[in-house]
Amino acid sequence: MSRPTEVTVSSIAIPQLCLVALVGASGSGKSTFAAHQFGRFEVVSSDFCRGLVADDENDQTVSADAFDVLHYIAGKRLAGGRLTVVDATNVQREARRQIVEQALAHDVLPIAIVLDVPESVCLERNRDRPDRDFGPHVVRRQRDQLRRSLRGLAKEGFRQVHVLRSVEEIESVTVVRERLYNDRRDEHGPFDVIGDVHGCRSELEALLDRLGYAVVRDDAGHAVDAVHPEGRRAIFLGDLVDRGPDSPGVLRLAMGMTAAGHALAVPGNHEHKLIRALSGKQVKIGHGLAETLEQLEQQPREFRDAALRWCRDLVSHLVLDDGQLVVAHAGLKEAYHGRASGRVRAFALYGDTTGETDEFGLPVRYPWANDYRGRAMVLYGHTPTPEPEWVNNTMCLDTGCVFGGHLTALRYPEREVVQVPAEQVWYEPVKPLTPAASVPSRGGDDLDLTDVLGRRVVETAHHGRVSVRAENAAGALEVMSRFALHPRWLPYLPPTMAPVATSPLPDLLEHPAEAFAAYAADGVEQVVCEEKHMGSRAVVLVCRDHETATRRFGAPAGETGAVYTRTGRSFFSSGLTAALLDGVRAAVDTAGLWDELGTGWLLLDAELLPWSAKAESLLRGQYASVAAAARSALPAAVTELTRAASRGLDVSALLDRTTARSDNAAAFTDAYRRYVWPVDGLDGVQLAPFQLLASEGATWHDRPHLWHLGLADRLVAADPVLFRPTRRLEVTPSSASSVAAGVEWWTQLTGSGGEGMVVKPAANLVRGRKGLVQPGLKVRGREYLRIIYGPDYTLPANLDRLKDRGLGHKRSLALREYALGLESLERLARAEPLWRVHEPVFAVLALESEPVDPRL
Amino acid sequence: MLLTLTSTASHASDLGYLLHKHPERVQSFELSVGVAHVFYPEATDERCTVALLLEVDPVELVRGRRFGGDALSLAQYVNDRPYAASSMLSVALGRVFGSALKARCDARPELVGVPLPLEVHVPALPSRGGADVVAGLFEPLGWSVDAEVRPLDPELPAWGDSRYVDVTLRGTLPLDHALSHLYVLLPVLDGAKHYWVSSDEVDKLIRSGGSWLQGHPERDAIVKRYLAHKRGFVADALARLAELDEAADSADSADEVVDETEEVDPPAAVPLVTLRRAAVVEQLRAAGAQRVVDLGCGEGALLRELLADASFTEIVGADVAPRVLEKAADRLRLDRMGDRQRSRITLLQSSVTYRDDRLAGFDAVVLMEVVEHVDPERLPDLERSVFGHARPRTVVVTTPNIEYNVLFPGMSEGALRHQDHRFEWTRAEFAGWAERVAAAHGYTVAHAPVGEPHPDAGPPTQLATFTRTEVPREAHAAPTASARPEVPPSRRSRPIADWSDGGTAA
Repeated sequence: MSRPTEVTVSSIAIPQLCLVALVGASGSGKSTFAAHQFGRFEVVSSDFCRGLVADDENDQTVSADAFDVLHYIAGKRLAGGRLTVVDATNVQREARRQIVEQALAHDVLPIAIVLDVPESVCLERNRDRPDRDFGPHVVRRQRDQLRRSLRGLAKEGFRQVHVLRSVEEIESVTVVRERLYNDRRDEHGPFDVIGDVHGCRSELEALLDRLGYAVVRDDAGHAVDAVHPEGRRAIFLGDLVDRGPDSPGVLRLAMGMTAAGHALAVPGNHEHKLIRALSGKQVKIGHGLAETLEQLEQQPREFRDAALRWCRDLVSHLVLDDGQLVVAHAGLKEAYHGRASGRVRAFALYGDTTGETDEFGLPVRYPWANDYRGRAMVLYGHTPTPEPEWVNNTMCLDTGCVFGGHLTALRYPEREVVQVPAEQVWYEPVKPLTPAASVPSRGGDDLDLTDVLGRRVVETAHHGRVSVRAENAAGALEVMSRFALHPRWLPYLPPTMAPVATSPLPDLLEHPAEAFAAYAADGVEQVVCEEKHMGSRAVVLVCRDHETATRRFGAPAGETGAVYTRTGRSFFSSGLTAALLDGVRAAVDTAGLWDELGTGWLLLDAELLPWSAKAESLLRGQYASVAAAARSALPAAVTELTRAASRGLDVSALLDRTTARSDNAAAFTDAYRRYVWPVDGLDGVQLAPFQLLASEGATWHDRPHLWHLGLADRLVAADPVLFRPTRRLEVTPSSASSVAAGVEWWTQLTGSGGEGMVVKPAANLVRGRKGLVQPGLKVRGREYLRIIYGPDYTLPANLDRLKDRGLGHKRSLALREYALGLESLERLARAEPLWRVHEPVFAVLALESEPVDPRL
Repeated sequence: MLLTLTSTASHASDLGYLLHKHPERVQSFELSVGVAHVFYPEATDERCTVALLLEVDPVELVRGRRFGGDALSLAQYVNDRPYAASSMLSVALGRVFGSALKARCDARPELVGVPLPLEVHVPALPSRGGADVVAGLFEPLGWSVDAEVRPLDPELPAWGDSRYVDVTLRGTLPLDHALSHLYVLLPVLDGAKHYWVSSDEVDKLIRSGGSWLQGHPERDAIVKRYLAHKRGFVADALARLAELDEAADSADSADEVVDETEEVDPPAAVPLVTLRRAAVVEQLRAAGAQRVVDLGCGEGALLRELLADASFTEIVGADVAPRVLEKAADRLRLDRMGDRQRSRITLLQSSVTYRDDRLAGFDAVVLMEVVEHVDPERLPDLERSVFGHARPRTVVVTTPNIEYNVLFPGMSEGALRHQDHRFEWTRAEFAGWAERVAAAHGYTVAHAPVGEPHPDAGPPTQLATFTRTEVPREAHAAPTASARPEVPPSRRSRPIADWSDGGTAA
């Protein structure tokens, strides 16, 4: 606790993040001081807030409302981690109580700076300001209140109290800001973060050895330091002591390493208790403390004193590596990172307890990591678990070494777990070890509504920030909740694809020439034309076995993957899906891809045929229905017009047009019929994979498309009934002959009833001068477009108008969705928590509800 | 789209006078709905046929602003409007043959009102309900109906019939009657209108159908479909039709039409939906619940009843569909509610797939006819969200009893009561689910029937009330940071154990 200090030096130091209360009578110069020492927005003044609510900075009748506003603003700033200064007289205890409370509510330090100038100065200043028409008794009263308050400020909860006694002092002093003890953002590692040691010195030495450290010993043979040849440093997560055989030995090593700059450490609850015991406080001796005290008893007094000092100086949590890593013994929720308060410290030492105790008499811990949504990795110990596992970018490294488990370290930033087994059970556990996450579901799989609802901005690695409007998110929530598969099975939704620029040719809407020209303009040297299958876009997630599905995706019994549509719906019932996945799995087995790619699961981008398997109701209800109406109405009209013509009436133009429309109706009928073939269960269903999206630890958008198609060919070879090949042709956009061959290929393909083709940069993901290049352009066939634009779209009068179509929005959407898709794949491959993978997936679905012409 | 009308009266070509269209000319009219062509494929004294061919611009249908009516049926280029005889043809009929429709013939007034032997051919008439509906509408008006349903696709016979009927009507009627029948009944058969229904429509209907509609056995259905289900207009039109006949039962008949129930109800005096709501409210009262969440509140029928009982102090209606919530707000008239009443109710979008802290800490959660809309694979999510996370003291669940379905008239075997139902449970299945969920989450469960139980099949709706017995084992519902107020009202500043932690670096 600090006492009020008389400032004699020319500077006062305050924490970088704190809530500063200026205290002083009216006219003591607070606002001037604040303006000199703090930023324009850092200072929130009560006078200004009076002005905000009542147009008058001196209207005392609105003080209550003005302070509401003031605290609201201050609260928002503090929540954002910004230093804030309250410029008000603050001479009354009640006013200061609110400030202290607000600081604690945001876990920042309340600081008081008192401007204690003579009454005469205040009175004189107020006289010069005609708007301050209150009498001298007001200033006098404020001065009295201030004087009476001064002594008690520290007791009121202010963690620093700085008193400036004269005008000269106020004018000459400088406020400097110092970083918090927990702020070690300038430390970038690499680190080896070590879980609860509990006096297991021998295992600790073994672990350090395995991590590559050379243990340094003193003359007596005690380990006193450990040095890594590459300059790596250890971080101890606390609970070095108690229960185990050699707590002093562990302390000695850790103290030596920290002193030599080879390690950092945070305290655990056991150190906390040890401090109290060594300081002579009343402590209940339990949980292995007795052993430690006994062991320390045999050490020289100097060592005990040094150990006490060392433990006492430990800071309860550290924020490292530009804020990307946070370490604390029991973990720390995001709102507490880099903050300082009693409850932050309590959380860091003891975790988030519910206040209840379980059947073993141990405190019930709230699984805070399940809710964790922060960007920083949090490493912690405290709760023994059999296996370290990632829960929302957090990991508990206490694997119960002292109870006969393992001593565990995590290499940072490599995220590699390194373990040594316990030499023996040193201490019998009170209760058996259980996994960190709540059983039966994986804790990190819980998605929160706040993960998806409202306006959202998703950071993508390839296309910057992509934003999603609130109303689109609301619509996507309905689709995702009512029709889609569980998000665990939807690590990716395919992006929309832009069509090629509109063709200038008289009879066509789309033609390959524009695709080749577009890629030539983007500097793409080689493209691949891929046949556009006459089916539905399908994503296939297949696991090698049920164990992988459960471990990696939290699959319920019987599920080993999913086959789903562009909006995340399952194509088939669970039984048929399982059978289809069996077929896919068998083909992957035969092709030998599991081992070749080093993975237990694959995510494939594919087309599922026939279209009627998914879209029969659309085909029947819309396409066939319209054709039936046309086939009924138009021939009758032709008949009547012919009769009229035979009477000599001039209906020739109308008759010609109606005859052409009747032919179009027939062509339209032919066009949709190609998409219908009978399917019985899975008989007749085919998959045409064309890209491997992701596998364990890897995404594949940097592999050329021919590599992907080569993989697909191997699946086709393994099972030519279930899999269907994708025809392809490489084209060099800068070569006229190659382009001509590409055009001919498309003409043949679509002339014989094919849907069209997709042109992609052969290298796969390509960046141009203006960022991402379109990952593909679709060039659809003339007859296929009839079922998109209607039977009569080819009539010149219609086609001319249809050619006037805006593609800009569609292209921009295609790129944004592409980047979101890549983002979800990369997060999946990095094994990030489900909510992180789900975020861009949900965003794709939300973007799909943006109003864009669905025919593009 | 095409319509032909043939007269076989003596001096058949007098039809030209009645229609104000010369049999030897081909005329075209630019109309809002397209270009209408009128020509006579034959015109002799024995037989005279006029053809009305309407060319609809398919591009304009999608891109133009004037067809903003029924977005779903018109937003596609692949659209039956250019072919099917619909409200657009009706509009063309009204414009092109306007005087004939109004029974005016200045040149030959003596022809007006004379019944003629007529034959009307509409090759592609959309009819929801098939040929029978066409007969049901036209036969009472003196037509003999020859209606052939067209197949959806002759090469795919398994797909069955299309909704288009090739219709020939024969009858001896005055021409203006015939036209007025077509004018009103074409859009009625189609059921989709190409423009927004406005109150003018009521006037049009009265004008065109006033003389024959009141006595038509399908009157209510015609009015309802002509006015495209706009309830207010329906009541208005029926009342005015009744006035024309000076009938006294206008109010009653209007009510009948307005009363719509969305699902099959048992032949009971009180509709099942009403019984269900009453049963849920009764369970909530018995449980002493004051703060209640209606999860899957739909358009707010239950919310309305909860609002009517002051013992429910805080009511939350949650649904996953934003449009449904808007409707609920509309139906509950939230914007006109007094402050005190308004403060009792909140509507919010939520989803059982995602945890929602806003739903935690209430006395009761109601899942009325909700679980059967969730895929069985997703039910565990619902269980965790409601019983694990929201964790109210009481949960009331209602769901259909599939065993009872056989007792509903007209329900085919194995059918479910609503097309979005993912399943319906037997009593044993529901009991098994309830038992398991209750055991897993520390609840007890009690069952109650809703509706008159059948001795074998049981009640039409089953209801289970879950009561929490344990405090959460894993503290699922602990308040979160976001729920905490900015400045807690009564937080004592407490001494901080370790000063070094909070201080600044030396």
